[in-house]
Amino acid sequence: MEILVCVKRVPDTSENEIELNSAGSDVKRDGLVYSINEPDNYAVEEALQIAARSGGKTTVVTVGGDEDEEILRRAMAMGAHQAALIVDEAFGGSDGAGIATILKAFVQKGNYDLILTGVQAEDGGAQVGGMLAALLDYPFASLVNSIEIIDGGKLKISREIEGGHKEISEIDLPCVLSIQTGINEPRYVGMRGIRQVASIPIPTLGASELGLSAGTTGGAAAKVKRMDYFMPPLGKGAEMLQGSREEIIDKLIELLQANGGLR
Amino acid sequence: MTRIFAYITHKGGAADDSAAQLVAAARKIDPTASPTAILTGWGSDLDAACDALRASYREIWKIAHEALAYSSAELVRQALVRVLPPGSILLVPHDHFGIDLSPGLSVKMKAAFVSDVLGIEGVEGACLKLVRQEFGGQVNTHVRCDISCGAVLNIRPGAFKPPESVPVGGLVVDKSSEAGALTARRRYLETVVAEAGDVDISKEPVLVSIGRGIQEKENVALAQELAEAMGAAVCCSRPVVDAKWMERPRQVGTSGRTVKPKVYLACGISGAFQHLAGIRGSPFLVAINKNPKAPIFQVADVGIVADLLEFLPQLTNKIHEMQCASGKKSA
Amino acid sequence: MAAATGLAENALAPSLGVLQGLGGGVPWPPQATYELIPGRILFLIIPLLGVACFAYILAKRMVPLLRSAPDPRFDHIAVRWGRVLQFWFGQWKQPRYLIAGILHIVIFAGFLVLSVRSISLVMLGISRHFVMPGFSGREGYFYGIVKDYAATLVFLAVVIAAIRRAVFKPARYAVPARYGKSHTAEAIVILALIGTLMVSESLFEASQAASQTLQGQATATLAPLSLAWMLKNALLQTPLPWLQQIHLRAYLVHELTFFGFLCLLPLGKHFHVITSFFNVYFGKLDRGTLKPVKWGVGDEHLDQVKSFGVKKFEDFTWKHMLDFYSCADCGRCSEQCPANAVGRPLSPRFLTLKARDYAFKHYALFGNSKNGKALVGNIYSEEEIWSCTTCGACEEECPLLVEYIDKIVDLRRGLIDEGNVPQTLQRPLRALESRGNPYGKMEKKRGDWTKANRFQQVCDVKILDGRNRADTLYFVDSITSYDDRMLAIGQATTKILDYLGEDFGILGAAEKDSGNEVRRFGEEVLFMSLRDHNVEAIKASGAQRIVTSDPHAYNALKNDYGDLPPVEHISQLISRAVKAGKIKFHPVENANDVYTYHDPCYLGRHSRIYDDPRAVLEAIPGLRRVEMQRSRDRSFCCGGGGLMLFYEPKEDERMGVRRVRMAAEAGANVIVTACPFCLVNLEDAVKAAGMEGKMSAIDLTELADKCMARKPEQNVAGG
Repeated sequence: MEILVCVKRVPDTSENEIELNSAGSDVKRDGLVYSINEPDNYAVEEALQIAARSGGKTTVVTVGGDEDEEILRRAMAMGAHQAALIVDEAFGGSDGAGIATILKAFVQKGNYDLILTGVQAEDGGAQVGGMLAALLDYPFASLVNSIEIIDGGKLKISREIEGGHKEISEIDLPCVLSIQTGINEPRYVGMRGIRQVASIPIPTLGASELGLSAGTTGGAAAKVKRMDYFMPPLGKGAEMLQGSREEIIDKLIELLQANGGLR
Repeated sequence: MTRIFAYITHKGGAADDSAAQLVAAARKIDPTASPTAILTGWGSDLDAACDALRASYREIWKIAHEALAYSSAELVRQALVRVLPPGSILLVPHDHFGIDLSPGLSVKMKAAFVSDVLGIEGVEGACLKLVRQEFGGQVNTHVRCDISCGAVLNIRPGAFKPPESVPVGGLVVDKSSEAGALTARRRYLETVVAEAGDVDISKEPVLVSIGRGIQEKENVALAQELAEAMGAAVCCSRPVVDAKWMERPRQVGTSGRTVKPKVYLACGISGAFQHLAGIRGSPFLVAINKNPKAPIFQVADVGIVADLLEFLPQLTNKIHEMQCASGKKSA
Repeated sequence: MAAATGLAENALAPSLGVLQGLGGGVPWPPQATYELIPGRILFLIIPLLGVACFAYILAKRMVPLLRSAPDPRFDHIAVRWGRVLQFWFGQWKQPRYLIAGILHIVIFAGFLVLSVRSISLVMLGISRHFVMPGFSGREGYFYGIVKDYAATLVFLAVVIAAIRRAVFKPARYAVPARYGKSHTAEAIVILALIGTLMVSESLFEASQAASQTLQGQATATLAPLSLAWMLKNALLQTPLPWLQQIHLRAYLVHELTFFGFLCLLPLGKHFHVITSFFNVYFGKLDRGTLKPVKWGVGDEHLDQVKSFGVKKFEDFTWKHMLDFYSCADCGRCSEQCPANAVGRPLSPRFLTLKARDYAFKHYALFGNSKNGKALVGNIYSEEEIWSCTTCGACEEECPLLVEYIDKIVDLRRGLIDEGNVPQTLQRPLRALESRGNPYGKMEKKRGDWTKANRFQQVCDVKILDGRNRADTLYFVDSITSYDDRMLAIGQATTKILDYLGEDFGILGAAEKDSGNEVRRFGEEVLFMSLRDHNVEAIKASGAQRIVTSDPHAYNALKNDYGDLPPVEHISQLISRAVKAGKIKFHPVENANDVYTYHDPCYLGRHSRIYDDPRAVLEAIPGLRRVEMQRSRDRSFCCGGGGLMLFYEPKEDERMGVRRVRMAAEAGANVIVTACPFCLVNLEDAVKAAGMEGKMSAIDLTELADKCMARKPEQNVAGG
């Protein structure tokens, strides 16, 4: 089975406070550390496991710039057979539909049975997978947390739905699936692993290789554009309790009692 | 002005809470507009749901088709593409179904798509000005969406307050015939229900909820002791379940249970939307967190900046003291 | 004539075989006939067969060592012989378990003494005139006495040992169900064999002596009250022909048992009888550091190594395989192991025995050796390998100097190489790679602790960033820099350095994690990257000496890094200052508090710094101090540091909880420690054990800082 995983490099925001630059046009990026979007990492691991089970190959691709190569290398260190980096100035400012259009052109250059993406990126909209599927006219499923290969060019998949329940469906190949975190336990890859794949060339493709004419992608074609960043208005927010620990606890107990929180 | 539709999900004959919220969202796009509800399904449940919406929607389009008895995004998409007038704006709740449906739908409709919309600030020319979030809810962003060819907008549940209900007396229009033949390359088989835990947190009036801030499995006991002293139940956010410190039936949020308590203590929970979405009914929300900038403090009623691992036992002890003093013993 | 000379010689060298006939024509073993086989022939064949069999088994046992990884242990000859003298000959570690220790020393000494006798006995079967060179005459006479007592004591020792094993069953010998059946039967059999050797040898001699006495002949002197002596007296009622038979049969039994036992040795835990000398000789000399990924491959060539770590059995070094052979199954390591104590799936004893049994099975005595398969998932589980805190209690205890930490690290290197890492550890490892600390916090905030709680008004800590220089570098390391509670240790340390008038600074944002645990968790390449970065930063700072308050950093900088100025732990500094009278302490706040010092593994056991922290406590007036039973080199690990804080083990109880209970048992209500990780674990444990208000923990630096008597001008801000 030929599997393609579409991945994205995003900033790690969990420990660190995000600050806006003075113009409000972007966040301060100098202290940020980037890595592969977490759900995409699960997708790469899932692809590798499926490829190992079915005897296939995994390709990883990303749309971006030279700095995005590192996540492709990391995926190859995990075991992906090949990677591709899609770079072109013309792609700058693409919205989700634009990215999906670019990826569609890439998919059509290959022959993939299964295309995986992470369910969403931190700054994204959980959209590229679904859009890509619609553009390719492939069936699609989001929030996939289990994949089983069944005979006859089909998969049995499970989707996560409200209440933590699982929706089980059958889906025809070729298809696009967006993967939810927790589907597997991604393998570890460290500096050594990266070094071992350091010399493998990663081909770069631009608009011309993909046959994409100007105006179909990039800022010009984007229907959705980000205008600025701003801090969420503080609004009323919570009443922050002040004072000594004793005083805070006493006040909290008072409030809990008033609101029926203590029996 | 472009026609605005609201896709309404329903269950067991009742329309989802989001129905009223989508009306509010539509009004933000066009204050004079009266959105049209659009529902898919089959049988008496669908009829009942359409009926229930007459109070809030002027017009309700019903698409009944046997294949749509179970809402499968691919089939729903086919029906909507055929039924919706070109250039329409469609509002969809941003939930598991909306994530599955809307991106592909927008492509087939050749319309724009914006995901997880928090706020709508109005129309400027051919563009709609929207508010979204990035970086785990730490920053907001203004987004401009070109609606000249229509749009599909996924609306964050709870972001728009339902308007005061003015009974409208809507009309149900049957659009079933326009759906046409529906075929799917993804076929629904069954739903596997998550195991019910020992406690049904959705029925509990007082909840002590823990998040990543609890740091270790052993510390869960601190929350349990507090809950016991308070007569409450313990629940948690997703990272706690992923780390296997608590079982999934205790998880509150979009991929967990929905709760409607009177009092909710959020301990070491940052306030990510996916978790808060599981809390309905505006309980008295107390947030305890080490990070004074945690987004939870925006939505909480009362906030305390403290180290959970110290604060919880101290609170528990004080409650015990109080109960002993007043002669009450914890059961 | 012969009889006359025989008599004279008899008196001097009785038991080593110059005796002529027994007067009644009783043949010596070589002259006797056993079931139609002449003794001389039989007792030539038995030794030859026995030695051949033994040699064959030994050769088979050597095979895996020929396929193993290299391990250079042929250096420092004098030191190694010194250790043989101390640990092998001197049985230095045995008395740590007193009863078993004494029993073993007796048996060991007895074996050494009796080795001469054993060889003589074998030769006697072929030539009755044999006398061991150097043991004729007076030497022989004295030896005879000594060996009689030796045999007796050995016999007593094995009887006591057997009773202990069978009746009292000390806990450490027990075999948990998942590891198979009890080893008691094997132990009893070996003890029985040794007992048989002693008895048959004594009977051989006693029967002859009794026979001679009954015939009025001169006889060898038997040591009074020895086994042989008692048997001889018991046999004085026995008819001569029977004595003859006993004599000959006893010899046969001894021969068979001796060679049977010899061949049994390499088949089980008594292989240590042969290998212990070599295991001690080739033991690891350098403490605190780890073996490289592959001996003989320098850092620059590491990329060429195809596979890191131990994945299959042959990846172990020959010395590690020798360790597996040398295990005596005594269980002391596992009894001291804190992971084992709290119910984690790790038992060092069985880590070794499983490997040994694997070697025995895959390199069987007959048939071809089978190729190695992955060990983890086969004889080892992943949890077993990750459970180890590298505290070193097992290595400290083992009387045979079996090594453990290097093996665990090698197994972890193998797991890391395969990408097989628990998810909870992946996050801190990635954070270490991208941010230089396991918490994922920003590098630029690493020095912020110097400003927390407005500390800069108390003490202005220099950042050695090129503009500032200082003699001493305070290496803070990650937890003290970033943890809200542990930064108090940093602040206390800087106040102490200030008080002592030291010219010091910190690296601040230029410092990365020391990597002590990164290396011990098997991520060698990441460790090297952290190390190289830190070494460069330290050199650039121009510091002439390094001080740290973190024993893990101390160990890494001192032992794992090379090329650095001298490194000290803050407790050594304070202790020196106390001795020199440079620090005075005022009395403790609460005279009723009882303090106990918990030895951190990386300060105590690994670095042997036990007394300096205690000296500091002794210098504080009015401080009441008690020692926990498990202290100094027997200290009980708090749960581990560095990456261990992120690992979620399956265990019955937290190590820290065990430890705070030990402190309470010792009568203390305050635990003093000298490691930020110990402090984290013990403070958490106090809460987890529900002992808040009854027990507290404090770092040595915090205590010293609290009690330091300040000169008047030091109370002014900006000091």
